[in-house]
Amino acid sequence: MENEIKTYTVSIYTENNIGLLNRISAIFQRRHINIESLNSSVSEIEGVNRWTLLVKVSENQIKKIIGQIDKQVEVIKAFYHKEEETVYQESCLFKIKSSLLFDDRQIQNIIKDSNARIVTVNKKFFVLEKSGRRFEIDELYINLNKYGIMQFVRSGTIAITKDAMNISEILAEFKKK
Amino acid sequence: MVVLQMNFKKMNNNKISGSEAVVKCLIAEGVDIIYGYPGGAIMPVYDELYKFQNEIHHVLTRHEQGATHSAQGYARISGKVGVAIATSGPGATNLVTGLADAQIDSTPMVCITGQVASSLLGSDAFQETDIVGISTPVTKWNHQVTKAEDIPEVLAKAFYIAKSGRPGPVLIDITKDAQFELFDFKYSKVNGIRSYVPVPALDNGSIELAAKMINSSKKPLIVWGQGVILGNAEKEFKDFVEKTGIPAAWTIMGVSAIPTSHPLNVGMVGMHGNYAPNKLTNECDLLIAIGMRFDDRVTGNLNSYAKQAKIIHFEIDPAEVDKNVKVDVAVLGNAKDSLKQVIPLVNKKSHDKWLTKFKDLLDIEYKKVIKNDLFPSKQGLTMGEVLKEINNYTNGDAAIVSDVGQHQMIACRYAKFNKSRSNITSGGLGTMGFALPAAIGAKMACPEREVVAVIGDGGYQMTIQELGTIFQSKVPVKIVVLNNNFLGMVRQWQQLFFDKRYASTELINPDFTTIAKGYFIESKKVTKRQDLSAAVEQMIKSKDSFFLEVVVEKEDNVFPMIPSGASVSEIRLS
Repeated sequence: MENEIKTYTVSIYTENNIGLLNRISAIFQRRHINIESLNSSVSEIEGVNRWTLLVKVSENQIKKIIGQIDKQVEVIKAFYHKEEETVYQESCLFKIKSSLLFDDRQIQNIIKDSNARIVTVNKKFFVLEKSGRRFEIDELYINLNKYGIMQFVRSGTIAITKDAMNISEILAEFKKK
Repeated sequence: MVVLQMNFKKMNNNKISGSEAVVKCLIAEGVDIIYGYPGGAIMPVYDELYKFQNEIHHVLTRHEQGATHSAQGYARISGKVGVAIATSGPGATNLVTGLADAQIDSTPMVCITGQVASSLLGSDAFQETDIVGISTPVTKWNHQVTKAEDIPEVLAKAFYIAKSGRPGPVLIDITKDAQFELFDFKYSKVNGIRSYVPVPALDNGSIELAAKMINSSKKPLIVWGQGVILGNAEKEFKDFVEKTGIPAAWTIMGVSAIPTSHPLNVGMVGMHGNYAPNKLTNECDLLIAIGMRFDDRVTGNLNSYAKQAKIIHFEIDPAEVDKNVKVDVAVLGNAKDSLKQVIPLVNKKSHDKWLTKFKDLLDIEYKKVIKNDLFPSKQGLTMGEVLKEINNYTNGDAAIVSDVGQHQMIACRYAKFNKSRSNITSGGLGTMGFALPAAIGAKMACPEREVVAVIGDGGYQMTIQELGTIFQSKVPVKIVVLNNNFLGMVRQWQQLFFDKRYASTELINPDFTTIAKGYFIESKKVTKRQDLSAAVEQMIKSKDSFFLEVVVEKEDNVFPMIPSGASVSEIRLS
């Protein structure tokens, strides 16, 4: 079981320091593990960054990797989660010829059915935004690709865990000392 | 120009430069010796070192790699933080091997590098290199400073991180403009960083569980590593071993934590370790690992390593728990605190019958290996008999600094140690060229101790230029080169596993004694057994540095040996 390869979400709370990306990615690199997606942003705590990474590894491997991430001086705490333990989303943008929007009614239906949102329209192109699960975005991509996509980009996964991660408590504990 | 500078100083009389701040930080951290090599981007700091030479002794090595290994030798023997300093570009990249060595062997070290001015960063300026990027995977922490005002806090953090918890190397890169910039200097030591837990909290539950398992075991075996030394836990460790009566074996990083002559010291584990502790690893019912990390050179094939035993792991670094070997109980914390807690809970015992097994296997190893190493009947000299002579004249009080290869295994197997922090070697990284500069640092940190560097003819030539440092800085280290005209360990593998195809392992060597003479170091070469003892005696009695070359048998092998990928119980005696 522990050796089955699965997608794991890694959440890392860190100080906001230059070079930390290099330090963390090196831990994956030296084990020859590809990072499927990566997102870095502010967190719920002022001055603390939150990273979300997706990797395909075994639980055996991810446990060791989390230990090695966690011991980096500027990492406050690192966690790994299985898919069912998180609520997660991705976001994507499509750039498509405007003429298609008017010439082909089917495209309008695709947009409506997928809950995608038109961000901007001009004479030449329109931009479509869609947030959701990876498979929803994949599906929309397949549907739109038949008509021609001028540009496509997808964000890294961001995830919120169902369980608490108690970072504020860790930081408060340090302050008390 | 001079007048201008003076006025400038007057106008800013409360302020000091970033480079002066660097030196003042070092003084505030109690640094007395640093090792380094000057160059363009670090010149302002060197100018301050010149002014403060009564407070800090700078040792000019002959290569930046030598500076790092000297700093490591200094740290390993003293427990203090070693400091190395270099310029940008090639100066900085030359530190990488030493950083990697210190990282894998948990040696506290702070390296300071100069960097091009911040306005030039990223422009491929002369001697610019991204040393922070390069050194990231081989440092515990690193940081680039571009403003003088950040220097005190960053250096205070550097020293705190290097020495706290599981120690390691830290690199601080300082741009040249930050070295020149004037600012109000104020230094306060760092005692904590909110994102960093150097020592995990003790858990009484796991301590009680460990004690229970220890008390109920019939055939327990302790394997200890450098964690005992790094945690200053030698006394607690000895008390623990003596109270429980459990046979205790060491990794090469752990040796000397208790004397080699201790009756419960059953020798070395691992690839070239002793027969008994390796064999009996797969017979014990409880393996108690203390401050060691189950390196592959220690465990051999993990699929057949101590599978029959329960395992307790006393460890400071949570990332080491279950990394290589799944354990039944992990006791997190530093060895000193954990052992202190567990000692009152364990029963006083002796394991005479179990110990007899170790003795019996040692007898076998003695007959098949040790006797021939120490008292050879063949004509050629052995490395083992050289170590025996060193033991004779130092009585186990010397610090032995070894390099990497056959001589290292022989030195670790046969050297006698009475005192902790006496075996200084490159364990995890296996850095050839480590010993000569490391011996310099060790001798300077503890001038009252005898320091003997034991080196092979291959590794010696990797950092042989540090003879210049020994000569210029008058460091009375004793250097023994065991010359077999081969890269001996690689040759041994070629003989055993590559059908004797000796690809690029034979060395045509220079006259080493002539080279030593060139540096005005007294030297001697021994080729015959009858001259060995007197030569070692002369070396040990010498007040100055001394070079001794011993020509040993060309194609001797180190045994016992656990072939790569084999189980510890498949250890070979020939």
